[in-house]
Amino acid sequence: MNLKSLIARHTVNIVATLLMGAATLLVLFPLGIIFYHIIKTGFSTINPEFFIHIPKPTGETGGGMANGMAGSAIMIGMASLVGVPVGIFGAIYLTEYGIGRLATTIRFCADVLSGIPSIITGMVAYALIVVPLRGFSALAGSFALALIMIPIVLRTTEEQLKMVPVSLREASLALGVPLWRTSLKVTLRSALTGVITGILLAVARVSGETAPLLFTALGNQFWSRKLTEPMAALPLQIFNFAISPYEDWHRLAWAGALVLGVLMFGLSLAARWVGRSKHAG
Amino acid sequence: MEERLDTYAKKGNGDAIFRVITLLFAFSIIVILLIMTGEMVIESLPALRKFGWGFITGSDWDAVQGNFAALPYLYGSVVSSILAILLATPLSVGTALFITELAPHKVGTVTASLVELLAAIPSVIYGLWGILVMTPWLQSTVEPFLIKRFGFLPFFRGAPYGVSMLAAVFILMIMIIPIITSIAKEVLLAVPQSQKEAAVALGATRWEMIRIAVLPYGRSGILGAVILGLGRAIGETMAVTMVIGNTPQISLSLLSPAYTMPSVIANEFAETAGKLHASALMEIGLILLFVTLVINFLARLLLWSVTRRWKGGVA
Repeated sequence: MNLKSLIARHTVNIVATLLMGAATLLVLFPLGIIFYHIIKTGFSTINPEFFIHIPKPTGETGGGMANGMAGSAIMIGMASLVGVPVGIFGAIYLTEYGIGRLATTIRFCADVLSGIPSIITGMVAYALIVVPLRGFSALAGSFALALIMIPIVLRTTEEQLKMVPVSLREASLALGVPLWRTSLKVTLRSALTGVITGILLAVARVSGETAPLLFTALGNQFWSRKLTEPMAALPLQIFNFAISPYEDWHRLAWAGALVLGVLMFGLSLAARWVGRSKHAG
Repeated sequence: MEERLDTYAKKGNGDAIFRVITLLFAFSIIVILLIMTGEMVIESLPALRKFGWGFITGSDWDAVQGNFAALPYLYGSVVSSILAILLATPLSVGTALFITELAPHKVGTVTASLVELLAAIPSVIYGLWGILVMTPWLQSTVEPFLIKRFGFLPFFRGAPYGVSMLAAVFILMIMIIPIITSIAKEVLLAVPQSQKEAAVALGATRWEMIRIAVLPYGRSGILGAVILGLGRAIGETMAVTMVIGNTPQISLSLLSPAYTMPSVIANEFAETAGKLHASALMEIGLILLFVTLVINFLARLLLWSVTRRWKGGVA
């Protein structure tokens, strides 16, 4: 009786173990397949032309996504100019003065804000920027991306600032350095690598965003001359080419996905490298 | 002496200014949330006034006639997200347990970073893969099989189109698994070691230890992770738009094309046929915003209460 139940219990244990292993394999399987397809089709399509040309009209082969890559870089850059300082200074407030109901509310709102679907951010940017300016524009796209960046930068920076030992701050304050200089020159400086890691990850996250650009930046088949014009973006081009009926455009979409993938992979590697050098030094 | 007092006063001033400036930046988060919600409500008002409750009970969406009712989109969003969650939860919890309880440290770390990699893939790339690789495969292999074997069920009736509710469920499942897994992993890692040791010391097998000591402790945290995944699934736009077929209909069959709330916004908002059409899409956005706000609120409350309890209890 006892032996039987022991055998039964161990059988259950083995089955459960196998199931957990199988779940893991099943979860990682799509990663392998998606990588395989991006690398296979992307690599065979990509060439120098891809990086310097704009898309060719329907029916002509070749062409690239140079305007999309440039557009993404410009809009992400502008979004970072707003999103990074707002996030960092907000995080400084939460670490230095962040006890009490207001701070808790701000933290909670930041978490909730980062859970709002990005397409809604796009609709709000449309109502606030596109309608008053009477046209789709790179400005509206950057605005939407900045709204997405702020809560991410805020929360990651706060996590990093919190890890700076209190003794360090106390030492600085005891020397008579005012709190604001202590925050900027001691706390923020010590956490700098972590903060940069957070910013890189936020940029990586935003660089793949498509939905908020659909009706703000809109996309552009050509080069944009002004920030008040519609602007191409790499993810938008991947989307438009993927849903087109042309084989040639599908290949360009794969190549675009490869570039976007390498970019994001590079950013997260850079983030890790920066994060690691902190421990070394 | 006078000079010193003067610099001291200046320093005090600097702190006050610094506090106000950082407060303004931090406070902007609340302002953004309020503006976003307010803007969505204001822009939805024309449609809210015109259609009232009929907006969520009717299914006639006709931009030319100016009739807008959103039930098929609500149906598509709810069904695709819930089915995706049902499929994703056991797989995610299994993977999180594998990482935290089963795998040797190195294997666990590698698996965890691969899962993070899955979470970082942009939605448009999932959509690209979905529309060019997955749906053709569904159409040629999976759906004919389902029709042949399970065609007697109402869920698997009709022709194999490839683009379908089923495709949306699969792509959503793949996309939310890494989110649930990585949060569930954090939750499981926070289970006190002493609990597990106690279970093992009483003679529990590894699975019994998980069942007795780990899962009960992590239950509300895992629930929070699942709810957060649900929020992500409901708001997911690009990948779903690319594979669901974008047909506003309510069908029991998983093989027929459907439509979701974010998809109709993505497809129609840039070129609207007049103010009422735009307002109707805004109202869909408002519903989506409301649902995701409630979901996120619940999930964060659950996750926050869990982490706080542990911080209090363990230390």
